[in-house]
Amino acid sequence: MTPQGQFTVVAPIAAGRETELRSLLQTMNSSPGVADPRNALVPFGSFPQIHFARFVILDDPTVGDIEVYGVPRPDLPVYLAFMGDCDGPAADCLADMVGQCEAGLRRIFSHCSDFSSAQDFLAWLRAHDLPIAASYVNWVGRTVRQIKQESALQRILSARLDRTLLESPADAQHRWQEMVDFVRTEVDARRLALTPPEPTPLGWLLAKLFNLLLSLVVALLASPFLLVLAPLLIFQLRRLERSDPEICPRPSSHLLVELQRLEDQDVTNQYTAFGSAKPGAFRRWLITLVLAVIQFTARHIFTRGYLARVQTIHFARWVFIDNKRRVLFTSNYDGGHQAYMDDFINKVAWGLNVAFSSGVGWPQTDFLLARGARRETHFKYFQRRHQLPTQVWYKAYPGLSLVDMERNARIRQGLERHDLSGAQALEWLKLL
Amino acid sequence: MTARDAGGASTAAVPSDSAGVRAAVAGPVDLDDIQGLLRFGFKHHTEALILLLRVKDAAAARGWLGQLRVTSAVTLDPVPPTALQVALTRAGLAALGVAGDAIGGFSEEFLEGMAGDGNRIRRLGDVGASAPELWNWGRGDREPHVAVLLYAMPGHLADLQQTTELGCAPGFDVIYRLTTTDMGGREPFGFADGLSQPEIDWDRILAAQDSEQLSYRNLSCLGEFVLGYPNEYGLYTPRPLLPTSLDPQQVLPRAEEDTSSADLGRNGSYLVIRQLRQDVRGFWQALNARAGGVDVEREALAAHLVGRTRDGAPIVVDRPPPARGQPMSGAGSDLNAFTFDADPAGHRCPIGAHIRRTNPRTADLPPGGDGLVSRLIRTLGLNSESRARDLVASTRFHRLLRRGREYGTQVTPEQALRLQTPVESGLHFMCLNANIQRQFEFVQSAWIMSTHFNGLHCEGDPLLGNRKPGPGGLRCDYFSMPKADGLTRRLENLPQFVTVAGGAYFFLPGIRALRWLASATPA
Repeated sequence: MTPQGQFTVVAPIAAGRETELRSLLQTMNSSPGVADPRNALVPFGSFPQIHFARFVILDDPTVGDIEVYGVPRPDLPVYLAFMGDCDGPAADCLADMVGQCEAGLRRIFSHCSDFSSAQDFLAWLRAHDLPIAASYVNWVGRTVRQIKQESALQRILSARLDRTLLESPADAQHRWQEMVDFVRTEVDARRLALTPPEPTPLGWLLAKLFNLLLSLVVALLASPFLLVLAPLLIFQLRRLERSDPEICPRPSSHLLVELQRLEDQDVTNQYTAFGSAKPGAFRRWLITLVLAVIQFTARHIFTRGYLARVQTIHFARWVFIDNKRRVLFTSNYDGGHQAYMDDFINKVAWGLNVAFSSGVGWPQTDFLLARGARRETHFKYFQRRHQLPTQVWYKAYPGLSLVDMERNARIRQGLERHDLSGAQALEWLKLL
Repeated sequence: MTARDAGGASTAAVPSDSAGVRAAVAGPVDLDDIQGLLRFGFKHHTEALILLLRVKDAAAARGWLGQLRVTSAVTLDPVPPTALQVALTRAGLAALGVAGDAIGGFSEEFLEGMAGDGNRIRRLGDVGASAPELWNWGRGDREPHVAVLLYAMPGHLADLQQTTELGCAPGFDVIYRLTTTDMGGREPFGFADGLSQPEIDWDRILAAQDSEQLSYRNLSCLGEFVLGYPNEYGLYTPRPLLPTSLDPQQVLPRAEEDTSSADLGRNGSYLVIRQLRQDVRGFWQALNARAGGVDVEREALAAHLVGRTRDGAPIVVDRPPPARGQPMSGAGSDLNAFTFDADPAGHRCPIGAHIRRTNPRTADLPPGGDGLVSRLIRTLGLNSESRARDLVASTRFHRLLRRGREYGTQVTPEQALRLQTPVESGLHFMCLNANIQRQFEFVQSAWIMSTHFNGLHCEGDPLLGNRKPGPGGLRCDYFSMPKADGLTRRLENLPQFVTVAGGAYFFLPGIRALRWLASATPA
């Protein structure tokens, strides 16, 4: 099994070069916001390990919101972020990309203020690859290769299936067996590829186990203190929840049109949101703790197709920027934006509140879990206002949803079985 | 305009002090300020016509609108022979000279318009043969400003139309007349229509609070359909709230949650009108071909596409077939009292059947026990069986109050099979909702047009789907019918049966709001 990696290269854009950079990024797209897989700068399609990638300019129009706390408007740079989700270590992916399209990447990052053409470019990229506070992968271990091979398999078998009425359970077994034989012939003749998964890297397994144990130990050690401090912490939380101002004005039509222009060109969409964390040590610690908990659950619990009740997110991540003063959130999700937000509100509003209520202006919450995102309009305005247009977005498998991938994986698994009962064979045939 | 039409609403709207309604907030519903269409389907008024108007003289237009006698939601006995309703688009408000401040408070979807934005056009599926460039009306100089909906008992429409057209002539041009045909409760394909309707909480017995609903219920909060009242979240949907200085005569009601504002939205709603042209001949001939010309098989296929038999019986429910030619109706009848909970795999009613897409009848949590632990497990998504049934949840936030009317030539399926050339017929789809984005647009895009609805793969709504291929030419013209004891039957190459021929978003104002809009001095 090949675990997934994520990179988040963030670098400040040089003064006066943003417009030029925007036009350059535009040349990578074949339709608004959607990358041409063969674009001249970074031909994403030639990297078989990349699931999703994006270039996004982190220009936060809400940066002044923090003034409501009496904090002066910070003078923070506008960044360029280059993010990707890949099979295997992110560092290897970056090295691969530098190997194949260094010139294109250099051209893009030459718009950044601390870029120097003399430097080792890969080292520069790695130095700008920010640590990820929390990352979610829908199905840990499912590679691009697997997704594409299984999709091809599904299409071939689905077209081939004899859809006439079944005469008996044995008939179902027979049709399954026929498919198994067919696939074997096709694979032997190299007309169809079904590459077996790579062995799981031992280091990754050990690191995961170590992380699990360490997390439990830390939680165990910290719990008595947290328990004792709980009344105080809850008091402080309630005090802040009551006084933290909401900043949820209706976003401008202009912004909405700009964002929507980029959406719904595939069954999957991108989302990039950026905002400031609320000031003060309590919030800083809270957000650190919350993201650590999310990271823990995403690593140890939510690794097989779902993040609590949400089953439509391919990849998501939270990244601290500017020394935890700001947080960047990105995701790739199935369906339209409205459905994504309604799903969030109706299925995991509590989770949104935990994850985001330390952001400046978040709709008022109760005890970290209640209200907040359930305040529909406030939440919808808030999230759209904090959303940034994603200039360039790449998805390796257009047209495929997570449900598709899950079904295709089950089709393949059914082929690899040695024996199926009539009922099992029927269930398998129904997948086609 | 009978209690039957109103779907169980009592005639007098008094606030109930039971059921946890916050008495301070839940005042009576001003039925005499609400246009009748929100409460009645005007079923006795079998004749109907929608006039689409454009303003040519703003002062004259306002004068005419101001004196119109708009039928209210108050139950009258006897039922008057005619009814008239009025709705306006954003362009209409602007053309009448309504102040920009007031217009700006309407929802984004209303302001942008149905055909106003490339993304919306994609989401609503209005591409190809349904593209707005091809519409009869709805965009550019064919965008209506005002829709006047005329309803009449048999024999009364011609007079009403004449009076109305004469009266509006100084202020308006009639740009289009949406005529209708009384098809006896059937839509043009021949199915009993209008059976699934939300029941609206006119008596305000539902508490204005946000609480998880563990079972599907058909009763909807008033605020889901009428602006100015709490919705299913226990909150007020945004709408134009104006400083009282803009309403010195106190024409407008005051906002329930903020009495210092004049509420331009209160007692109003958004009206979505879409002209859906139905290829009745294509529909029945396509199904006949797939049924090998066998009548029973063709009917069965059609019932699977729709999710109901032609007489309206939901196929998910096991019951003896009703007597033929007996369309049953009524929101409270058992034709609307069912869910799909007992058929998670779509063995009885396909997952993609039209009525299962347009109203999946799901609760806030997938089915399971009432115990706290069970709820927690489902809330955290930890149970795989529950997750499989959780792709589509919380239907109550996505309900539509439908008020469509058929048009064109009515033919029976048997006649349709013999037709050499298509006949012109279809549905003037009309629905009312307080939040176009969360209700109409959500249902249309996430449920009807989505080729991946509820775990499906590459198939849109069997009736309304535009069959547009996916990325890389991926075909999306299938329809799957899973079977418990056999292979999934799959229809392929389904043609497009329905095309959009026009459409717009309207604001259906409260009656006082209409008077205010008509009297507003130009900005």
